[in-house]
Amino acid sequence: MKLLNYTTSYFAAILLLVITVWAAVYYYTMLDEIYDSIDDGLDNQKQLIIKKAGADSTLLNKPEFGEAGFRITPISREAANKLHDVYIDSSMYMENEGSQEPIRLLKTVFLSGGKYYHLEVATSMVEEDDLVNALVYALIWLYLGIVLPVLILNNVLLKKVWKPFYRMLSQLKDFRIDRSVNIQTQQTHIEEFRLLNNALQEMQNNNLEVFTSQKHFIENAAHELQTPLGIAINKLEHLAEQEHLSDQQLALLSSALDNLDRLTRLNRSLLLLSKIENRQYTGVTPVHLQELIQKITDDFQEQAQYKGISLTIDTKDCIVQMHEDLAMILLFNLIKNAVLHTPPGGSINISLQHCLLVIKNSGNKPLIKDRLFSRFDTQHPSTQSTGLGLSIVKAITDLYHFRIDYQYLDQHVITVAFTKTVIPDSFPN
Amino acid sequence: MKLLIVEDEAGMRENMQQLLLQENYIVETATDYHSAREKLGVYNYDCILLDIGLPGGTGLSLLQELKKEGRTDAVLIVSAKDSIDDKVAGLNLGADDYLAKPFHFAELNARVRSLLRRKAAQGSDIITVQNVSLNTINRTLQVDDREIDLNRKEYNIIEYLLINKNRLVNKTALAEHVWGDNIDEVSSFDFIYSQIKNLRKKLKDSNALVEIKAVYGIGYKLTEL
Repeated sequence: MKLLNYTTSYFAAILLLVITVWAAVYYYTMLDEIYDSIDDGLDNQKQLIIKKAGADSTLLNKPEFGEAGFRITPISREAANKLHDVYIDSSMYMENEGSQEPIRLLKTVFLSGGKYYHLEVATSMVEEDDLVNALVYALIWLYLGIVLPVLILNNVLLKKVWKPFYRMLSQLKDFRIDRSVNIQTQQTHIEEFRLLNNALQEMQNNNLEVFTSQKHFIENAAHELQTPLGIAINKLEHLAEQEHLSDQQLALLSSALDNLDRLTRLNRSLLLLSKIENRQYTGVTPVHLQELIQKITDDFQEQAQYKGISLTIDTKDCIVQMHEDLAMILLFNLIKNAVLHTPPGGSINISLQHCLLVIKNSGNKPLIKDRLFSRFDTQHPSTQSTGLGLSIVKAITDLYHFRIDYQYLDQHVITVAFTKTVIPDSFPN
Repeated sequence: MKLLIVEDEAGMRENMQQLLLQENYIVETATDYHSAREKLGVYNYDCILLDIGLPGGTGLSLLQELKKEGRTDAVLIVSAKDSIDDKVAGLNLGADDYLAKPFHFAELNARVRSLLRRKAAQGSDIITVQNVSLNTINRTLQVDDREIDLNRKEYNIIEYLLINKNRLVNKTALAEHVWGDNIDEVSSFDFIYSQIKNLRKKLKDSNALVEIKAVYGIGYKLTEL
């Protein structure tokens, strides 16, 4: 629920409650006043009738109400002693309305000429249901008269007032720290929004600064590592070329070299990943996937053979618009991953049909999909693996919006849906 | 053959110098942009090994100047900045090849050899060691004028080992050279061994006077018998 409707709904509910309570109080106060006034009138009429009856005894013979609105009936002394002045609500047939209508009735006794008489004075009473109806109608109009303008005012005025806020919100929704789209704040003379604008601008700048410096840090660290790595590798290679080294010494050197090579690969992968994520691979060309798959599987033939893996390929060409190096890296990493993790004697099946690449390889237990594409995932312990291969794959598929999926159907199945004509997100420069 | 190494990092420079001296090249070094400029003003080199990030200027601008002057010295960019932009920029400016740091000795040696071969006069497309000769144009191997049948990968292996004869060739360097830079992360390079075994058999059967020795855990070395 929007903020402005939220406040309005509260306002409407409270108003409804207040008006209802007020209406009840008003109604009973009003009714009380009416009774008071009518009863006063009846009392006055009683006095007048008694006075008049004292002077004109013909009045005493009036057993029916008729047009005068009272009746007098003689009663016994005993009965008269039991009676007091009472006001009661009753009803009476009204000629004009043609029905029983409410009346107010004053019953009293008086003494005239030594005889007791029972006097009843009636007057037409307000019809309570009509009063309630009229009141309810009036209140509904009042309620609508207050709530509607508030609603309209809110929707027109508040909408205008909150405009910078919603603008900010829609920009925040689209904000991605890795895209170079900045949040543009709008000038506003509302204090709170101005504060929000400033806070937002500051937060954005801080985040971008941290993000950029981290990005550069990874890149620079990787770059700076390359030279010392190279020096170390070459020194060890030089040492290994010395004559008369024992097997034991060579084994130590070999292990050191292997680990330096591993560090080199890790470093290269990190650099590659940061380059992909920084969108440094610009430009697309038509890439024939079938050809690439052929070339890569050819390179892996010896390894597959060595591990006794049966490698079957069933492809139909698919031409994709993307950076050729990235296409190569994507396919290479997927196939390498399959070769690397298939147990000896297992099988790998690569199929490309209608631009849907499916790579199936044997494996005995399912992997956790969410972790599979994350960096340094350790579900597959392998001393030589950098743990970055599939993150690189994911980064490339994300860049081109290719859908990648993993399933376990008695074997590992990775699918990549290539989109034929795809324009990657706008690159910087 | 005279080479110039332009490299500011002392350890790197010494390594390269040592390696290339062993290959019997005349090697000179420069540590920054200006000393490189001075050396290049006086001498011609067969091959220049050029770092990109240098004190006093970039290797790329040095390359630009060389090309402007119409120099034909072969240029191999050896850089830690293996970003594609640098690579493309370097090659567009007329560099002959590009090698990213870190590298293995064998790879640097092969690149330099191949550059010098391309530059030199005719006939140098043949690498000869004892009774073995490799034609790098036709990609054929002959032992005593008899051609040995090799598949593509066997050819690449023997070419690499012949270029680096008597040197220890790291197995990673060999794998990357033959199977491509991206061959990394394979669980082991043991599969190379079966290729080497085939090659050895072919060499032995044709009485070649070279042999491929395995150096414990590290790699292979082609030696003359």
